[in-house]
Formats: sequence, C-alpha cells, structure tokens
Amino acid sequence: MAYKIIVCAKQVPNTNEIKTNPETGTLIRDGVESILNHDDANALEEALKVKDAYPGTTITVITMGPPQAVEMLQECLAMGADDAVLLSDRALGGSDTWATSNAITAGIKKLGDFDFIFAGRQAIDGDTAQVGPQIAEKLGIPQVTYVQDFQIDGNEITVQRALEDGYELIKVKTPCLLTAIKELNTPRYMYIKGIYHAVKHDIKVWGAADIGVDLETVGLKASPTNVFKSFTPKPKGAGQKVAGDTEKDLAINLICSLKEKNII
Amino acid sequence: MAINFDDVKNIWVYAEQRHGKLMNVALELIGEGYRLSREMPEGTKVCGVLIGAEEDVKPLEAELFAYGADEVYVLADPLLKQYTTDGYAKVLTDAIEEIKPEIVIFGATHIGRDLAPRVAARLDTGLTADCTRLDIDMNHYINFLETKTTCNTKGLTPEDPKKDLLKQTRPAFGGNLMATIVTPRTRPTMSTVRPGVMKKREKDTSLKGEAINVKVNLTAADIHTQVVDVVKAAKEIVSLTDADIICSGGRGLGGPEGFNLIKEFADKVGGVVGSSRAAVDAGWIDHSHQVGQTGTTVKPKIYFACGISGAIQHLAGMQTSDCIVAINKDPDAPIFEVADYGIVGDLYKVIPQIIAEWDNAEDLLAERSK
Ligand SMILES: Cc1cc2nc3c(=O)[nH]c(=O)nc-3n(C[C@H](O)[C@H](O)[C@H](O)COP(=O)(O)OP(=O)(O)OC[C@H]3O[C@@H](n4cnc5c(N)ncnc54)[C@H](O)[C@@H]3O)c2cc1C
Repeated sequence: MAYKIIVCAKQVPNTNEIKTNPETGTLIRDGVESILNHDDANALEEALKVKDAYPGTTITVITMGPPQAVEMLQECLAMGADDAVLLSDRALGGSDTWATSNAITAGIKKLGDFDFIFAGRQAIDGDTAQVGPQIAEKLGIPQVTYVQDFQIDGNEITVQRALEDGYELIKVKTPCLLTAIKELNTPRYMYIKGIYHAVKHDIKVWGAADIGVDLETVGLKASPTNVFKSFTPKPKGAGQKVAGDTEKDLAINLICSLKEKNII
Repeated sequence: MAINFDDVKNIWVYAEQRHGKLMNVALELIGEGYRLSREMPEGTKVCGVLIGAEEDVKPLEAELFAYGADEVYVLADPLLKQYTTDGYAKVLTDAIEEIKPEIVIFGATHIGRDLAPRVAARLDTGLTADCTRLDIDMNHYINFLETKTTCNTKGLTPEDPKKDLLKQTRPAFGGNLMATIVTPRTRPTMSTVRPGVMKKREKDTSLKGEAINVKVNLTAADIHTQVVDVVKAAKEIVSLTDADIICSGGRGLGGPEGFNLIKEFADKVGGVVGSSRAAVDAGWIDHSHQVGQTGTTVKPKIYFACGISGAIQHLAGMQTSDCIVAINKDPDAPIFEVADYGIVGDLYKVIPQIIAEWDNAEDLLAERSK
C-alpha cells in the first residue's frame, strides 16, 4: 500500500533569538534566522517514516508565507519530501488562523486526493495550535491533535493522543488530519540525494487566484480577529540581593526577610 | 453559520470534566467569567456548560453554582461519555447556534485546544488562543497597559470605539511580545485561557440553581474517531498550579541526583518540585514538572528558582508569582532581574542551610529585632 500524504509546515523566526524594542513594543527581527517550525519537522518525519515503510508513498509539503518561505520548503525536500507548494500572495497577508485555514484548505483541495494530512501541533511564533483543527473542519475530515505515537494499517490509523496526565489510544480512518508533538519522533537531517532533489526541484508558488479562494475569506480584512494593541511586558524590576558572608548568613537573612514580610 | 450580533448575550464557560471530575481551570474560568459579566450590560450572566454522560456531569452542577455560575447548561448523552472532537464539537456548536452566547471561553488544555478551534471554524468566528488576561472594562485595561507594560496608551480613552469588546491578551513570539486581540465583527467571541492564571471565587454552597438540560442531537455516525483506551501515566501527579510554594531546579543542578536535594527542600517548605525545560530535556525529571511557556504556568506565593538562568520562556510561566527567590552562582543571571530576593551562591551549599534554618524563622527574626 502506498499513501498520499500532505504535510503542513511553517517557516518561523527562531524565537529563542528574538529581542524586542521595549520603547516601540516591536520585534527586532534583523539577523534572526528563520527555521522550519519544530512540531512541523516532527510531522514531516512521521510522514517520511511511512514513506520508508511503504515505497511509492508520496509526500507534499504545503505552506503559506512570504516568498522566502521556499527556503524552508527546500529543507523539507532535502529531508525527503517529494513535492512542495508555497501559497504566497499579498491578498493572503495578515490572515489570522481562520483566514489561514481557508487559504490552506483551498490549496489542499487543488492538490487533489490524499490519505492523510500531518501538521505540527503549533508554531512557535504564534503558539495557537488552531490552524490544523480549522483545516480539518473546513475539509470536513476528522482530526487527532497532540499525536505522540502513530501506526498505520491499510486505511486505519492508531495513535496515542497525549493528555496532561497520560494518553488516549485512538483509532481513526483515512482521510483525516493529525497534529504532531515533539515526543512523536526525532526529525532526520537533510541528506545528499535529498539536497540534490531540492536544488533541482521546481517548487510550486500559488497565488490566491491559483487556488480559487474567495477573497472575502482570506487576508487581514477578512480575519475575524484583529490585533488591538501589541506591547512588551514591563520587566518586573529586580528586587534585592540577599546579603551575607557565609551560606548560613545568606539563608538566615532570606528567611528573616520572608518572615518579616509575612510571606511565610 | 454566523450569529447575529443583536441576539447574543451572556458568557459561556466550557466546564471541562474528565471522568466525572471538573478540571480546575473550569472553576477558574467561572470566576473570571463572573468578574467580566459584572462589567457588561446589567443582567449578563456567566454560564457553565457541562458536556458528557449524564452520570458524570449531573453531580457537577452544584459545584459550578457554588463557584459562581449564574446558570448551568447540561449537554448529556451516552455517546458523550468519552471526549471526542466530533461529538463534543457537534453538540456544543448546536447549542451555541440555538442559545447564542456573546462570549465562549475554554481552558487551554489538550482538550480545550482541540475542541475550541473546531467549533470556532464551524461558526466562522474568531478564536484567540492561550490568553493570560481578559478585559471588558476599558479603565482596567488602560491601567494594566500603563502599569504592567511598555505600551504607549496615548490616544486610548475609556470611550474608545472598541470599548465594549472583549480584550484578549496573550503572549506571542515565545513571550517576547504580548498582544491584545479583539473580535469585532463576528459572534460569539471565543478564547482559550491558560490554566492557572485566573482566580476561582470562594466556594459558597449556599449558591444553588436549577441546571438547564439542552436537547442534544447526536448519533454514532457523527463520531469518526474511536477512543480505544485511556491510559493514565504511571507518574506521580504534580499539581503545580495548586501549589503555594514551588521549588524548581534547572540545569545548574548538574545531574538528576540534584532533584533529591530539591525534593528535600520542597518537603521542608511544604512545596512541590518544578523544573526548567533544560532539566526535562536532559532527562533528569518528567515533563509534568516543567514550568514555562511549553510547560505549566504557575503563580505560587513563593517560587524558588534554583540553578535556573531565567530564559524568557521560563519567565513566561512564573514571573507573576507573588514572590520569587533565585539561587544562582552567576550574579548576572537574568533570573535576578525578576527575583524579589536573589542569592548569589552555590545552590548545593545554600539550600542545605535554608533547610536547616527554615523552622527557626520566628526565633531568627526575634533575635534580629533585639
Ligand atoms: C520554543 C521554546 C520553548 C521553551 N519552553 C520552555 C519552558 O516552558 N520552560 C523552560 O524552563 N524553558 C523553556 N525553553 C528553554 C529555555 O530557552 C532555556 O533553554 C531553559 O529554560 C534553560 O534552563 P536552565 O535555566 O535550567 O538552564 P541554563 O540556562 O543552562 O541555566 C543554568 C543556570 O544554573 C546556574 N548554576 C550552575 N551551577 C550552579 C550551582 N551549583 N549553584 C547555583 N547555580 C548554578 C548557572 O549560573 C545558570 O544560570 C524553551 C525554549 C524554546 C526554544
């Protein structure tokens, strides 16, 4: 059995390196590298494992973003994906999760039939975890989020869905959408043949007109949520360093301060 | 199907229960919903919405009333015994379309974050994820911006055209940035809210009410996933969100044995053990102990950060603690910028002294004031 798999991925700034300008409350993005979102790398890895086990399986990665997101798609191809599509258009800019899911759903419909879709649970820039389920809803297919273990047999998928204090064992039939968490696997590195494939491969870039999406359902204006204000939290302000020459003095001075302020 | 603006009223809280037990966040959100509803037009109510099998949800009604719910809706059916995205999304969407709440809030749990986007997409309305603050009252909101943030509030007045909207504040870009989101054109306004950040009301068992049973229309064919088993992890349950005192250890412990000292410390001060992600990633302790952006958000009375540098993602989960004590041998560690009390020193030398002296607090202070 060979499968047709679609992987949803996003290029994100490495939030570890981001600094903000507290005066303006804006991000300083200069010099911050862009990376393949972590959970999405787990989604792609799981698809690649299915491809390893079932030759003939094809993986198409789809993303929405600015033109430079092709770099991230090249990385996906170099890891072993077969094909990649970038949805990029000014009309799609500023989309919230609802509008983003409308655009990606339209892109997936244009790609045609598939067995299942693997997305990351959430992207590290927005951390919403909403786009995957919203695509599943728009496509009218079932979803399982927070997948930490995945097995496939024919058209039946069995997964472990992580909960805060354990997991659920869930069976679902294709077509469906799953979202991956980091516990699922360890993503592989790019490999030479893959890199060769990535360089030669023509990545499709589709605009709003190509996917035939209703312009009333995408972009900043159509998005039901709007950013009202954005800002940075005020640093809490450093308190005092506890004085003391020995560890014992430090401990006693701390305990006295806590007691004095009725904290303990 | 979009809902007409003029018809909507009240705040709904998805009162998440698992196996007949309410999640803490459900009660926190009833408390928050109560507060918000009193800032909205007179008569606005906070309503708890229970979904599940009758035998699981019926006993929970009284608890919701006691914690401040003005109304409780019950959506019960044997097919809802187990959480499934399809089953719960269908009955909740149907109820929202029928009864038309103005606002619907969910706990940002693994289930809330699975259910809410599905419902919001079906209703074609906006959803804001993982909120850490909600406001209606414009004066409160402006005061928050002025005292707690670097936001320039020039031009923002209590008469702002968006003043009546729910202002949903959440961290983004790994806690580097905060944003307030509004949903101006569609209803209901929907949000998920981080567990542990909102306050429950005092329980008052004299508050009682009659729950409203909502007819559900669900068949087995509506549900496309099958929950074969629910496995509880055989790990010790850490209730970080309920703890008054948390003793957290980080990479500075140097190895898994370090958590023995942290545990001893926590036992002494009546706290529970937390950790940074570095300690979890190193395999020294289970993820359920992790505090931070990708762990648990906590707000204890005292947070002890031991051998933790204070990365922004860690701070995102603990910086609103009432009192932060940092123990770190690097005087320039960023954790000291948020610590109320900082001790520069080797945690292996300092913590045993704190443990030794902890019970003498009263005497030590008396001695000091002599
Ligand atoms: C997307 C994303 C999400 C993340 N989410 C989280 C999260 O939820 N929670 C979280 O914690 N991190 C999170 N991180 C990781 C975070 O960026 C830091 O890497 C992590 O918090 C560092 O942990 P640490 O402070 O224990 O280790 P380090 O940064 O290595 O700090 C160790 C500290 O211990 C001190 N030290 C060493 N020895 C001693 C000693 N003997 N006595 C006293 N002090 C000593 C050192 O001076 C140092 O300051 C996330 C990162 C990313 C990219």
